[in-house]
Amino acid sequence: MLSRVADSLYWMSRYLERAEHTTRLLDVNLNLMLDESESSAEKRWQRVLQALGNPKEVEWTGDPYELTRTLTFDTQYKGSIISCIISARENARHVREQISTEQWHRLNSLYLEVTGPNLRFDKMTGTEQPTEFLQQVMEAVHQFQGVSDSTMSHGEGWQFIQVGRYIERAAATALLLEAYHEDLWSAPEVTGDGNEYLEWMGLLRSATAFEAYCKVYTADLTPDRILEFLLLDEEFPHSLRFAIDSLQRSLIAIDKESAISHAEPLRRLAGRLQASLSYSSVDEILKQDVIAYLQAIQTQCGEIHNTIYELYVDYSIQAALAG
Amino acid sequence: MTSSTSPQFGHPALKNYKLDHAYDEMFQSADELHSHYEPLLEHFTSLPENELQRRKQSADLSFLNQGITFTVYGREEGTERIFPYDLLPRIITSAEWATVERGLTQRITALNLFLKDIYNEGKILDDGIVPREVVYSCKQFRRQMIGLQVPRNVYIAVCGTDLIRLENGEFVVLEDNLRVPSGVSYMLTNRRVMKRIFPQLFRGYNVRPIEHYTQALLGTLRSLAPEGRPEPNIVLLSPGVFNSAYFEHAYLARQMGIELVEGRDLVTHDNIVYMRTTSGLRRVDVIYRRVDDDFIDPLAFRADSILGVSGLFNAYRAGNVTLANAFGTGVADDKALYAYVPDIIKYYLTEEPILKNVETYLLTKPKERNYVLANLDKLVVKAVGESGGYGMLIGPQASVAEREEFARKIEADPRNYIAQPTISFSRAPCLIGDELQPRHVDLRPYVLYGDKVTIVPGGLTRVALKDGSLVVNSSQGGGSKDTWVLSQ
Repeated sequence: MLSRVADSLYWMSRYLERAEHTTRLLDVNLNLMLDESESSAEKRWQRVLQALGNPKEVEWTGDPYELTRTLTFDTQYKGSIISCIISARENARHVREQISTEQWHRLNSLYLEVTGPNLRFDKMTGTEQPTEFLQQVMEAVHQFQGVSDSTMSHGEGWQFIQVGRYIERAAATALLLEAYHEDLWSAPEVTGDGNEYLEWMGLLRSATAFEAYCKVYTADLTPDRILEFLLLDEEFPHSLRFAIDSLQRSLIAIDKESAISHAEPLRRLAGRLQASLSYSSVDEILKQDVIAYLQAIQTQCGEIHNTIYELYVDYSIQAALAG
Repeated sequence: MTSSTSPQFGHPALKNYKLDHAYDEMFQSADELHSHYEPLLEHFTSLPENELQRRKQSADLSFLNQGITFTVYGREEGTERIFPYDLLPRIITSAEWATVERGLTQRITALNLFLKDIYNEGKILDDGIVPREVVYSCKQFRRQMIGLQVPRNVYIAVCGTDLIRLENGEFVVLEDNLRVPSGVSYMLTNRRVMKRIFPQLFRGYNVRPIEHYTQALLGTLRSLAPEGRPEPNIVLLSPGVFNSAYFEHAYLARQMGIELVEGRDLVTHDNIVYMRTTSGLRRVDVIYRRVDDDFIDPLAFRADSILGVSGLFNAYRAGNVTLANAFGTGVADDKALYAYVPDIIKYYLTEEPILKNVETYLLTKPKERNYVLANLDKLVVKAVGESGGYGMLIGPQASVAEREEFARKIEADPRNYIAQPTISFSRAPCLIGDELQPRHVDLRPYVLYGDKVTIVPGGLTRVALKDGSLVVNSSQGGGSKDTWVLSQ
């Protein structure tokens, strides 16, 4: 497969995953905000920004709807939902002959919906429309993932789509946990306004994990279990462990297909991260510096990304000719 | 069945169908059809009005959903539009097609011999059949090609020749497109949509298939592989997603099962071309390029091009990679050279041309120039290097000022222009609103030349959808229709 094609499929997938994550974060927090006093809004939205990596283009002005509008529609901000969808579609357009017609239809329709003349910024200031719109985007991304899995050959191209999706998801989940860390694990007694339950639920919902968590632990929410579930659960698609397991599976499949002789560093990097998540317990993690632990995971995701590029996409011609 | 005693014009769908002096593809005269159009017209007029519209919408939707679009330049970046599609097929009889096929085979054979000759011995120039100045002053002439051997002596592997029908029904050549002719994907998708929308009509007609075009193209490309590369890697080189024909590039690559590459995917090393893949560099043997000469290698040609591959020309010169079409083929589709093609055919093949040229005045010849300048109101003047309907004067429709402006341009640079009589080429029935109306059409068959000549029966019929217009280019509001060649 052409390196450029792998690159485009990877980013198409990452951008969509990013759009979905931002969408859910906004949706969940807009909803929970209605249940609390206005004074605590400040903290909530600062935390949303932290979970998105504190983008420097985005300013918190004190108005949640203003922030929602920026994170959704501002094309100046490359991480906004609409920017992500535009970028995903642009990547797909470059590799149209590589993806299925059904994939293209789904993504192209989403793009036409969100860039169409019917959506206007000023309409989004009300309290009703944003939620409806965010729901639509989430559903469309889910449909795209379903259509990808059921209509595209699960060959190398599909594996690169998986890699993009899961590396983005792993990094975003680690960042999300980091954003919540102060409130939930380092000083839980401070949130003494009786709203802990709402916050914990908010965290789980931000990772689509509330229902799945309840199936395992019942609706009895405790910070330790939440951390355990989002970090280490083997079966839940948004847990870090699941994301890294899937990532590793796809990397192995790509490795097999491309048969590059020097793929060892990548195997080692991803394998180490996978092993650490497979064989850790939440008690051990809580005994150490949790923030440092979560940041280390983000760093490792970055290293995996760079190594994928060095191996498959952006390798030096000299090295390739020699090898 | 229709008979000459029941004029078709009585049908409400035909109430605005007017014949003029142009050849009509469907009607022989006001009350007589060309017999091969009888079942078609019968079928169409038997459909209820809204049924025709329903099928038309279904066809349009199918094009839109499949993303069969072309990119319109200017205005917003990358506006995508569907190529207007007309529901009524254009029908060509097997006898008519046989002539066209022989004529095109003769023409591409002679043009390939011509290119080999002018880039090597230059005998036709020595013998004074084609003046040296015409060849050497051509912008598409590539000095770099002189003395170079191309595989199997094939310069033009893919050719799209534009034909029109004169008032007497004879097919003549309007121009040859020898560089990167496009439109074949519309020919193929038009057929697919047609088969889906009118299966029964289609079935009753014995239409010759065209589906094998992509396989024939692949076979042609494979036959041009460099020596010692029995399992060649073939790629299609596209300028990328902003090119107006990107849909076609992606379509053909997918249908042939070859990689669609852009310049940035290719690298050259030691005169070998490679593509960057996830498994490392992979050698490339044959490039079906849809990028013009000028842009293909910034080292050899335009240094500011970002579409090409540095060093590609040297790899080509070294014989390590084949390009289809070869560099420098554009010299043979220069509009001034076009006038010499009949002589070129006689010179190399000692045969009379089967397909005639449209009469063409060369403005470098004083006698012809004087005639043209005196008769600008009757003629069409074209700039030799332009395409897509740009740089044209249609004399009878132009203002005095426009004609004077062209006269000045001609006098300043006679080599840059040719003139032709205004030809009212044939018209075919099209669905306009709820009615059938005649519109001017041309025909672009696609000729493949490798170890043999292959022409799939038919081609792209382009339609000037505006009433009275003679311009069929998609960039100027033209459309297309399916072209049926009958097997008996």
